[in-house]
Amino acid sequence: MVCTDNIDFTIPLQPAADRRMIKFVLMVNRQGQTRLSRYYHSVELSRRAALEADVVRYCLSRKKDQCSFVEYKDFKVVYRQYAALYIVVGITDSENELSIYELVHNFVEVLDKYFSRVSELDIMFNLDRVHIILDEMIQNGHIVETNKSRILAPLTAIDKMVES
Amino acid sequence: MSDVVEKTLTALPSLLSLDSHPGSAKLSSTSKLGNLIRGITELTSKHEEEKLIQHELLAIKEQVSSPNTTMRQMKELMVRSIYCEMLGYEASFSYIHAIKLAQQGTVLEKRVGYLAVSLFLNESHELLLLLVNTVLKDLQSTNLIEVCMALTVVSQMFPKDMIPAILPLVEEKLNHPKEIIRRKAVLALYKFYLIAPNQVQHIHNKFRKALCDKDPGVMTASLHIYLQMIQENPDAYKDLTPSFVTILKQVVGGKLPMDFNYHTVPAPWLQIQLLRILALLGKNDQSTSEVMYEVLDESLRRAEMNHNITYGLKALTYVVQQDPKLALQHQMTIIECLDHPDLIIKRETLELLFRITNAQNVTVIVEKMLEFLCISEDDHTTIDLVGKVAELAEKYAPDNEWFIETMNTVFSLGGDMMQPDIPNSFLKLLSEGFDSVEEDRKLKLFAVNSYVPLLRGEPGKLPQRFLQVISWVLGEYSHLREDLEPAEVLSLLAKLLDMKNSSSETKSWVLMAMTKLCKGGTDASVTQEVSETYSSSLDTVLRQRAHELQYLSQDPELRARVLPRGANPETLEVDSSLSFLDRFVSEALAAGAAPYKPPHQRQEELDQSKALSLEPYGLSLPISMSSCSITDRQSPTLLSMSSGLSGDSADLSHKGGSSALKLDGVKRVWGREGYLAQREPVEEAAQVEVPSPIQSPGRQGEGDSLHSQTPTQTPTPEPEQEKQQLASSLFVGLASQSSVSLMGKSEPTPQRFRRKAKGQGPGSSFNASEQISSSLISPPSAVDNLLCNNLLDSNNASELAEQTSQLSQRLTTANGTCHTEAELTEPDTKGCNPALRRDNCVVAADPGPHDDPGRLTEVCLDSYLPAELSGLSHSEIAPLCANQSLNLSACHVQKEDSLILVVFIINSSESAIQQMLLQVDSEELEVSCLCDSPAGEMTSHSVAVGQYSLTVKRPAVHVEVVGTVSYQLPAGTSQSLQFSYKVPLTSFIRPFVVSTEEYGTMWLSFSHDTKQNLTLINDNQEPLTATLNALKKKLQLHVVEVIGMEGIVACRLLQDLPCLMHCRVNAGWLAVWLRSPVPDLPDCLIYHCQRALQSL
Repeated sequence: MVCTDNIDFTIPLQPAADRRMIKFVLMVNRQGQTRLSRYYHSVELSRRAALEADVVRYCLSRKKDQCSFVEYKDFKVVYRQYAALYIVVGITDSENELSIYELVHNFVEVLDKYFSRVSELDIMFNLDRVHIILDEMIQNGHIVETNKSRILAPLTAIDKMVES
Repeated sequence: MSDVVEKTLTALPSLLSLDSHPGSAKLSSTSKLGNLIRGITELTSKHEEEKLIQHELLAIKEQVSSPNTTMRQMKELMVRSIYCEMLGYEASFSYIHAIKLAQQGTVLEKRVGYLAVSLFLNESHELLLLLVNTVLKDLQSTNLIEVCMALTVVSQMFPKDMIPAILPLVEEKLNHPKEIIRRKAVLALYKFYLIAPNQVQHIHNKFRKALCDKDPGVMTASLHIYLQMIQENPDAYKDLTPSFVTILKQVVGGKLPMDFNYHTVPAPWLQIQLLRILALLGKNDQSTSEVMYEVLDESLRRAEMNHNITYGLKALTYVVQQDPKLALQHQMTIIECLDHPDLIIKRETLELLFRITNAQNVTVIVEKMLEFLCISEDDHTTIDLVGKVAELAEKYAPDNEWFIETMNTVFSLGGDMMQPDIPNSFLKLLSEGFDSVEEDRKLKLFAVNSYVPLLRGEPGKLPQRFLQVISWVLGEYSHLREDLEPAEVLSLLAKLLDMKNSSSETKSWVLMAMTKLCKGGTDASVTQEVSETYSSSLDTVLRQRAHELQYLSQDPELRARVLPRGANPETLEVDSSLSFLDRFVSEALAAGAAPYKPPHQRQEELDQSKALSLEPYGLSLPISMSSCSITDRQSPTLLSMSSGLSGDSADLSHKGGSSALKLDGVKRVWGREGYLAQREPVEEAAQVEVPSPIQSPGRQGEGDSLHSQTPTQTPTPEPEQEKQQLASSLFVGLASQSSVSLMGKSEPTPQRFRRKAKGQGPGSSFNASEQISSSLISPPSAVDNLLCNNLLDSNNASELAEQTSQLSQRLTTANGTCHTEAELTEPDTKGCNPALRRDNCVVAADPGPHDDPGRLTEVCLDSYLPAELSGLSHSEIAPLCANQSLNLSACHVQKEDSLILVVFIINSSESAIQQMLLQVDSEELEVSCLCDSPAGEMTSHSVAVGQYSLTVKRPAVHVEVVGTVSYQLPAGTSQSLQFSYKVPLTSFIRPFVVSTEEYGTMWLSFSHDTKQNLTLINDNQEPLTATLNALKKKLQLHVVEVIGMEGIVACRLLQDLPCLMHCRVNAGWLAVWLRSPVPDLPDCLIYHCQRALQSL
């Protein structure tokens, strides 16, 4: 294939590892307010709010019986709703949606185990701890741990040290 | 479980009275963070948010720099900063404090410090350097929690240059007694591997140890590294396949500790990871794949389908690439997925079906895809699916009607979003036709028949692209339908012009079609009206078309010459150099017009005047310093002059003003585009010409019966039965065929719409498959001979590879292939059926040899090669032409400094011939006879050999030698035989060894150039190197130097005409710039570079 003259192809060459990855994890409530955001590829701070609003609007517009996997621009979005809270994960095209869909649920179950019945406020008041939990599960956009007790081990160890 | 979660979240207590929660209980609601959170939850507008956060930022800023702030307070401040940044407000003043917190805090404070750093900074932020010492200290800490934190942050982000400082410490942790430390150390090494693979090369054996770790978590972590490494180089890790299979077997068999289960499924994410690795290892490798079939089947069986439909499908899609028969066992599940209410699941199912499509199930699968297209609203999906349907239709269409109808649906549904190559290749298929003239006519007629009612109906609803296709087909072929008056077609077309939503592109297609149809007489009024309306159009293209319509409709004779009916595109001769415009151009130049500059040159001048970007390697190569300083001194206007070195201005300066020479430059530039466009279609046709011997005659019938079997047409009351039936029509043909052909991508399928073979005259009833069958059923002796020939050839090649120099080793890939284009691009046809290969080699103008008995006596000509050439690599000896008494064959031999053409003349008759004379000549080549041309008498069954040395006079993509043999039969009658022999220009290319400095000097002095973007090869290597190596191998170029994203390459055309190539990786393409003192050489070479890269 030949491209002539001034056509600009905007798809940058990505290292192989980046072709299959999680791009971001968001926790957003029904009003579209971000409760947590974690990016695994670099997105400028100034562009994040607009991206989040756009993605969330897209997810909110979908009905309950519709599929939780959505193609959005050049990537895919997997979302799950828990009461008023949506967990939205952006992934590249070759990442496995169902694996991510279940990962979200696993994440919520881990939070539920740690906070014993997690609520939106737990997340807000313990943003740092939620991030620490997420860091155990996802690194560099790849799933690194899914075993619940192992995910929580470092954080519970820290909590114990703080208490003593 | 999720119910519980949902309930608890629903039962959100009124905002801040939440003492029962363990986390929040630790925070007083009156704390600063509590205030911020309350503030955030109460926000009602963006404006309020901004006010709140700006206020917050001020407060944080003040407190953060106060010396009295404790680490505990600092931790809270960092969380508040995280909130601000999360809402999109930069808190960069706090970054340095995050680093301090990681350094000075204890336990949770330290962890939050690390967390804030990883959230605030990107991987290339310079502040990260300040973290290195902290990490170093924590890695050596006796507190395991601190070691853990350090390893976590390292595996998230770490400055590449500082890896050596901590690498020994991390490596040491691989032997740590605690699994969590070992696991995190592996993940840290994975990070290092991603950002600096060279740094961890020496510890590959430790990765193996991690893979065999007794803890499944450590093993799982090591899979990240293996997935990555296997992706880059699958061949190096094939030996690990049994290990991965064993691991997967154990996981699937439930051998992991219970806490690895997720809702009773054993470690599903680990299974996915292992499947990915196995997919990479098994790709295109039958024997490795076989090792894993059993465990794959087992994993699929165990996966709960209700819970896991998409996962199962995905896995199945991967598996189908290895063994489609496995899909058979799961067919009922697939059918259920097809009817699933969820569109995404449906689509995944179609993706799977696309991969198992064959000639027998194509109608059902395409029907399913079209059904989906009707309900799909997503543009991406539509474009993708439309392309797939078109691909399947062209490949497997059972009959004309189905093909045209399917393509009609494709055009209607695909609308104007679809890839433009779909209508293009459709029209190309129609115009080139295929082997049977009658079938050809039927297809065209059917297309016409199906379009007329569409235009009579509501053409306004059809997409523009479809209207363009319709206009072209009607203009070209509506005459095939006898009962259709041209006048009616004209008025239908004229109606399109009046439609409001017709684009001007469509209108110009319509006008073109009308020009082909109008005959004067009764049509005159319509055409007159139309051409009058548009001859004043603001759109120049439409205006031109209108004028053409007007003139040509009045001059039938001229029209017949300009637009010959039913012309075969291959036989059309186009003066691609536009030489008829020479006078016009020279007059314009004489009158002071500026010489034409090609777009790339204009763009370049524009760029240079804007950004002062210099010669292409001006910035990265040492030699360019000189050119830098030259250009630096020049004003912007002069800069464009210097870039003009590459084009016409240089031509002008060379030759001092003769008008003929001036034209030369102009002609070349004008000629370039047309020239390439001219060649391209012909070559493409050649590429697909490989005739398939398996033309199954019964296929059409099968397709028909299949069609009538589809459930929609014969509904059965029992839904289950219906599904069964659907299954049988979908999976038909899967079990019986080999897995290779089912992948459906590269196999020689019995393709209905096979492009016509090149080299056959139009209207020749000779058909490629007939040729094949005739050579297949010819007497055994002939087959033996062919085989013998073939065997000898390959023996020869392998011997050569051992004994000859490096040059000829490189040639062996090109060797053994004959001079035709098809083989040039497919060197691996070596191993295929000799009959097939033979057929490709036929180049003679005369179709005679195919049924000529003389061919049967053909002997292994290899032994007649002149002794001084026999050690060198040569192209396959290809038959040229033959008659009752003579058989001619030829090959070319690549010597390091020349190219030798060897012509073999075989007297296959029973009597001697007299006064034989062989003459060889060429337009593009200098032909010199090496020894005495064979002449005189030839006894019965003898062989004469002529040798000619060839050098290029004028470069062309292919150069051709024409020749004549004249002789007298014993009876005294004179006879002669003509032949032609084509050689690709690449046979004349040799590496050109120069230094970078020499290259730089030459570059500036060469005046002919061309530029083009080529595809990069991306096989997990560094793309520039991989692409250059491929070019080097295929075309014998010399890579002078590679620096960063740029590379310079040199070659020469025999004897010593240099051509230089500058390559730069740009936006995923290889931007190539060729320069040479020889006109046309850059253009020809770029063409071969393209071909070489395409054929990979």
